[in-house]
Amino acid sequence: MKFSTYLREIAKVEIFPVISLILFISIFVLVVVYVFGKDKTTMDQRARLPLE
Amino acid sequence: MTPTVEKFFYDNSIVKKFGIAVIIWGIVGMLVGVLIAFQLAFPALNLGLPYTTFGRLRPLHTNAVIFAFVGNAIFGGAYYILQRVLKTRLFSDKLSNIHFWGWQLIIVLGAITLLAGYTQGKEYAELEWPIDLLVVVVWVIFGINMFGTILKRRERHLYVAIWFFIGTWVTVAMLYIVNALSIPVSLTKSYSIYAGVQDALVQWWYGHNAVAFFLTTPFLGLMYYFVPKAANRPIYSYRWSIIHFWALIFIYIWAGPHHLLYTALPEWAQALGTVFSVMLILPSWGGMLNGLYTLRGAWDKVREDPILKMFVVALTCYGMSTFEGPMLSLKNVNAISHYTDWTIAHVHIGALGWNGFLVFGMLYYLIPRLWGTQLHSRKLANQHFLLGTIGILLYAIPLYWAAFAQSIMWKKFTDAGQLQFQFLETVTHVVPGYIIRGIGGALYLIGALMAAYNLYKTMRSGSFISNEAAEGIPLAQQSQPVGKLFWHTWIERRPVQLLVFSLIAVAIGGAVEMIPTFMVKNNVPTIAAVKPYTPLELQGRDIYVKEGCYTCHSQMIRPFRDEEARYGEYSKAGEFVYDYPFQWGSKRTGPDLHRVGNKYPNSWHYNHMRDPTETSNGSIMPPYPWLLENDIDTASTAAKIKAMQKLGVPYPEGYAAIANDDLRKQAQIITEDLKASKIKADSNKEIIAMIAYLQRLGTDIKKSEEKNTVLK
Repeated sequence: MKFSTYLREIAKVEIFPVISLILFISIFVLVVVYVFGKDKTTMDQRARLPLE
Repeated sequence: MTPTVEKFFYDNSIVKKFGIAVIIWGIVGMLVGVLIAFQLAFPALNLGLPYTTFGRLRPLHTNAVIFAFVGNAIFGGAYYILQRVLKTRLFSDKLSNIHFWGWQLIIVLGAITLLAGYTQGKEYAELEWPIDLLVVVVWVIFGINMFGTILKRRERHLYVAIWFFIGTWVTVAMLYIVNALSIPVSLTKSYSIYAGVQDALVQWWYGHNAVAFFLTTPFLGLMYYFVPKAANRPIYSYRWSIIHFWALIFIYIWAGPHHLLYTALPEWAQALGTVFSVMLILPSWGGMLNGLYTLRGAWDKVREDPILKMFVVALTCYGMSTFEGPMLSLKNVNAISHYTDWTIAHVHIGALGWNGFLVFGMLYYLIPRLWGTQLHSRKLANQHFLLGTIGILLYAIPLYWAAFAQSIMWKKFTDAGQLQFQFLETVTHVVPGYIIRGIGGALYLIGALMAAYNLYKTMRSGSFISNEAAEGIPLAQQSQPVGKLFWHTWIERRPVQLLVFSLIAVAIGGAVEMIPTFMVKNNVPTIAAVKPYTPLELQGRDIYVKEGCYTCHSQMIRPFRDEEARYGEYSKAGEFVYDYPFQWGSKRTGPDLHRVGNKYPNSWHYNHMRDPTETSNGSIMPPYPWLLENDIDTASTAAKIKAMQKLGVPYPEGYAAIANDDLRKQAQIITEDLKASKIKADSNKEIIAMIAYLQRLGTDIKKSEEKNTVLK
């Protein structure tokens, strides 16, 4: 049996790119919100980890 | 309760082992690189042996540099960093050693089998299935060792370098396994489970992300540790580094189809590749600037310190490649650049500049510290830096020139509407560029040898610190921060979740890219006239794969005026449905072969394979005299037909048993034809199978045209 036959069974492929776009944008926004919401001293502490 | 400070030791001996392996394999890989560079200018350097011919040495070079040189550097660097930023010894010394020796075994087996011609015929994924299995085992061991170390850490926050290592681990595992899936025919031969367009898509999803997740993300992990260390100041912006990580792993995974622009790949997939490639500039440049800005106020140090100099050039090259990459993904630029030396120049800016210089900078930093001494000669390291930089420029600039010159020549028409240049004329025109490129590569190699000497002397002048004393407070006794935790802080502290989230991020990209192509039938329109290869053609195709013909010849005619005039009708997706694996290639050192079938008489191919200059004066193709000597491996025919049937190729039931009869009949016809041209050949020689395959290429749709004409 050809490998692609199994994959062809999945329905509603059109939704795939839309889901991923939404996921990508939401994660990106969340990360940006997070890093700029974090206070500076914590960030500086973390940045210094290799130097300790 | 006062926390108890625990004393422990960092394991330096595993870092030492990987470090030495980096130097040795680096020199081997570069040496082969210099040899094949000169082979393109002086074909005599192919030495007339199968094992030293370009088609086999080129995969050896790429695999050696990627998996041996860069691979060992990743492991050594990661093991050094993990211990220090997590304040703990590695999870298991035993696993570290199994990892090390297992990886070296893979490299040695890889080198031997590639030279012997055992290959899956997919770029950077050439290793045959038993070695693939070994790679998976060793990679899992690396994963266990890394995660074990993370779980027993004494530092709550995972420094950003670790994220890059986790992202690398999970993505490479996914890519490697999906791309390497194949059906074994014997211990040394297998067929990819994908064919044609689908195989191309999976392969370049893998190929591109091998660059992303083997040559880039782990090196960013190294960069985020060693640049701050060498400059003795923290990374410019930790915020950027977090955005850098998520944006990079999320976007990179989508960009693979940019290797297949203007091919028979569905249009939407090509567009997807272009869009995501352009988006990649942002995180990549964010990362580069983050590294360079770390050195702000320390530029006086950069002037003196060879380590920082190398890091600056490495980061600059990273910035150059990651700007150039998206530009090459634009369709109008790609129309010029693809199949030319531009791609080769582009990857070497990355490999020599970004990877190479980061590795040498790291070694110059590490070795003196591991041996408790000073670098033997700073002056020599500075000279290495200078020589290496000149080497990179001499390597890349002639190739950029060659690419432009050749591409323009390919596309040039006379006023009468004829192609102005023969393919061969465009090759001989750029050969001087190949010579200078070879010299550039040789200079870079000399620099590497200077580094090896310098580092060896450094080792001799100190005494190796196998176990380095350190101390830290156990995690359980550390005070918890007060206040609400952000969701991301939650992830940052939980490595397993970090792994799962990065897997989700990369898996979505891969799934969206590939599943539709597999599923939707009309993405690969079937062409009724396209039939499976005959047994003789199949054997010939396997010889084509074995000799690495795809390293110099494409089998994909793009829908351009010049390509149609030169090679024939542009390639259709449906023509490749029986191509396990696809052989579209990525570089035209020689002409495209997709419609070479019936273009020349059998005798032409016979003479051409024996000595290419006999039919094409000035050709730089190596001769393949052994094809005239070696017998076709008819013992494997039945197994091959059976494997093809398993993959869905419609050979009649029970055909495997009688396939060799058909093979002999077809071979006899070709031998008779050669005889008519006064060439005496044995019908059981490999050359006959090769001729059969070449004569079949791209002819199926011509047959359907003939039929249509008759019907009319």
